[in-house]
Amino acid sequence: MTAGRTGPLLSQLSRRSILKGGAGLAASAAAGSLWMPRPARAAPKKGGDFKLGIASGSTTDSLDPGTYADNYMQSVGHALHNFLTEVTNTGELQGELAESWEASPDARTWTFKIRKGVEFHDGKSLTPADVVASMEHHRGEGSTSAATSLLDPVTEVKADGDVVVFTLAAGNADFPYLVSDYHLAILPASDGKVDPTSGVGCGAYKLKSFEPGVRTLVEKNGSYWKSDRGWFDTVEFLVIADVVARTNAMATGEIHAMNRIDLKTVSLLERNKALEIYSVNGGQHYTLPMNTQAAPFDDKNVRMALKYAIDRQVMLDTLLRGYGEIGNDQPVTAGYKFFNAELPQRGYDPDKAKFHLRQAGLDSLKVDLSASDAAFAGAVDAAVLFKEQAAKAGIEVNVVREPADGYWDSVWLKKPFCMSYWGGKPTADWALTIGYAKDAAWNDTHWDNERFNTLLVAARAELDEARRTEMYAEMQTLLNEDGGVILPVFANYNGAISTRIGHDTLASNWDLDGLRAAERWWFAS
Amino acid sequence: MVRELIRRPARPMGPLAGLVARRLALGLLTLFVVSVIIFLGVSLLPGDVATELLGQSATPATVAALRHSLGLDQPLVARYGLWLGGILQGDFGTSLANGRPIGHLVAARFGNTIFLASVAALISVPLSVGLGLLAALYRGSLLDRTINALTLVSISFPEFFLAYILIVILSMQAGLLPSLATLNEGMGLAEQLHRIALPALTLTLVVIAHMMRMTRASILGVLASPFIEMARLKGASPARVIVRHALPNAWSPIINVIVLNLAYLVVGVVVVEVVFVYPGLGQLMVDSVQKRDIPVVQACSLLFAATFVGLNLTADLLSMLANPRLRHAR
Repeated sequence: MTAGRTGPLLSQLSRRSILKGGAGLAASAAAGSLWMPRPARAAPKKGGDFKLGIASGSTTDSLDPGTYADNYMQSVGHALHNFLTEVTNTGELQGELAESWEASPDARTWTFKIRKGVEFHDGKSLTPADVVASMEHHRGEGSTSAATSLLDPVTEVKADGDVVVFTLAAGNADFPYLVSDYHLAILPASDGKVDPTSGVGCGAYKLKSFEPGVRTLVEKNGSYWKSDRGWFDTVEFLVIADVVARTNAMATGEIHAMNRIDLKTVSLLERNKALEIYSVNGGQHYTLPMNTQAAPFDDKNVRMALKYAIDRQVMLDTLLRGYGEIGNDQPVTAGYKFFNAELPQRGYDPDKAKFHLRQAGLDSLKVDLSASDAAFAGAVDAAVLFKEQAAKAGIEVNVVREPADGYWDSVWLKKPFCMSYWGGKPTADWALTIGYAKDAAWNDTHWDNERFNTLLVAARAELDEARRTEMYAEMQTLLNEDGGVILPVFANYNGAISTRIGHDTLASNWDLDGLRAAERWWFAS
Repeated sequence: MVRELIRRPARPMGPLAGLVARRLALGLLTLFVVSVIIFLGVSLLPGDVATELLGQSATPATVAALRHSLGLDQPLVARYGLWLGGILQGDFGTSLANGRPIGHLVAARFGNTIFLASVAALISVPLSVGLGLLAALYRGSLLDRTINALTLVSISFPEFFLAYILIVILSMQAGLLPSLATLNEGMGLAEQLHRIALPALTLTLVVIAHMMRMTRASILGVLASPFIEMARLKGASPARVIVRHALPNAWSPIINVIVLNLAYLVVGVVVVEVVFVYPGLGQLMVDSVQKRDIPVVQACSLLFAATFVGLNLTADLLSMLANPRLRHAR
């Protein structure tokens, strides 16, 4: 098995191509080739102080990769650190600190050959022992890392000569994707332990100053092992939480790029000739999970009625101003390798919704929907919009406004029907496992479909492409028809970049060029 | 009688020392009560630092591990006792969220807050007292009405809106001032002042009306007194009447309003901090409340409370120094 086996990521979309294409899945397939970054693809050059304004980030941030929770620390993490593997800007998987890897036939044992001649910022050379210690930081009893559940299937990590061997509890054909996760940065170890908050890594930039919630300054790592990355002299990551402040800073040229533009004012920003607006479908989607173990959502027909009672196109046009795609009640989109294109797109159909209500033995239905903008920007508006749409199908949706503060702790996974979101995932298996497997910690629909769970485990270890494709197609159909999630829209990552900045095609696995803006971009002028 | 009232104080310090000591003791008690209320309040909020930090990616195992490592599995009273013990020894502890020492974290932010507040105060206090005097001097004139109208307009806008207007005019269109007020180490004072010009200007516009109107009103109040009429009859010029005769007797309410506004400049400017991305104490406190980082919230609220107590004490003392009737017990 070598790098680049699968290419599951999503095609690039510009806003105009979506709007002109009439918004939808058909447009996305065609749009990939339409998208061109504005600066010509001149050869990258060195130098300059790059300033990046990012929406998230908090004074409580920590340099420990196990705590990276949002774009800000994730982007800083990708400037400071390298990972075993990297998802490229075109969606292929390539080795980063792993030169190559191979699997045992049952996909349970994975052997990664570790690159030689790589140095950490403190001058220490990278060894397989560093890789093992970096993984152990996220594993086992007492680990406080947010990646513990990710590495839960790993039963052993050991160094052996110049390789590191991972043993899994069950086969996983996508395991090399998993180790590209932003938590799994490779840190220098001493005595088998890493110092997670030191900020020392082997990335393109060295940490110069770190003020949580304000700014992080990094400077070029002169001995970086990649010759075609890390062009800037310094990169300054600024936390600018307020979208108006971020837009002002962008418009006055104080920062060179920003994420999360305000879609309400995007038409004004588009007039500014000194910047380009990017829009990338990274598989991020908004959801309305229903608890399939609780009445009335334990009846499949009730779930079906609610799925037919939402107008996805209106949600896309009003909530996202077209910057996205409509969803089909399962998280795998056209960009994933195992997307099921045969699955019919569900539309808004109050009559069908009424039909399913009658099937469930009901004349009308009244449900509470817990909503807060903590779930995603505009979640409360979306809930109210849904209330209006569902009313036409004889369903009364009572929108319960929940406090944003503490939403993930006291509402999500607790209330039977609420608003939520998921980020895009590198593989179909990951997207389907994290929120829909029976024993997943974040199975927010409490869905337990025997056939789905059997297929999920079987497909994960299946190395035969055709059989795998078939299994994933069936899983998507099961989720679409029986699952507990209403998935109205996929939301693009939107931001703005100064025309002074040069870049290649933007990656779609995460926002800000796969979180690697600092490493990949350069000053064109 | 007139002579008695406007005479300079002879021996003000005797009863003052006792009063200051009493007020300081009361202030300490206030701080203690504030710390208990904040501790209880934050503890009553749903979730704790472990669930808020892990957010959507929390699992019961990681939450339990994080709680244990932070000592959150101990009872509330024990945690408060530990914190209080640390404070009494001058140790603010470390942040629960990122393990950094709070003293260091808060000192830098508080320094920034004080810097911005001082600059805003240095502009706004002389300006508003001066404008108040002018308005009183030329009462009913076009100047008086213009000053009144303009300051009322500026106070009537929400502060973030005022900030955006200033950004559009001075930053986006004229390109004179930066819209981001981020301060870096190694910046000279001139550059720092340039950076914070817009937030300082915004704050000035927000506080100026209150102080200016109080100056005007309290001077006009004193102008109705018989001793002012006496001064006029003696042939003193209007300016002299106001500055030498009316102002010393009008200081007390003016000082109180000035101090209230100074306190606002320190504790009430979170919105302005957010708009200009200024790294002050307010933003730190809001973040910490969101993440339930109780020791940091405690440190911030104690600083805010101490600022209020200290400024109020200063106001009372200054009022007494300026007003003999308050200085001598009857």
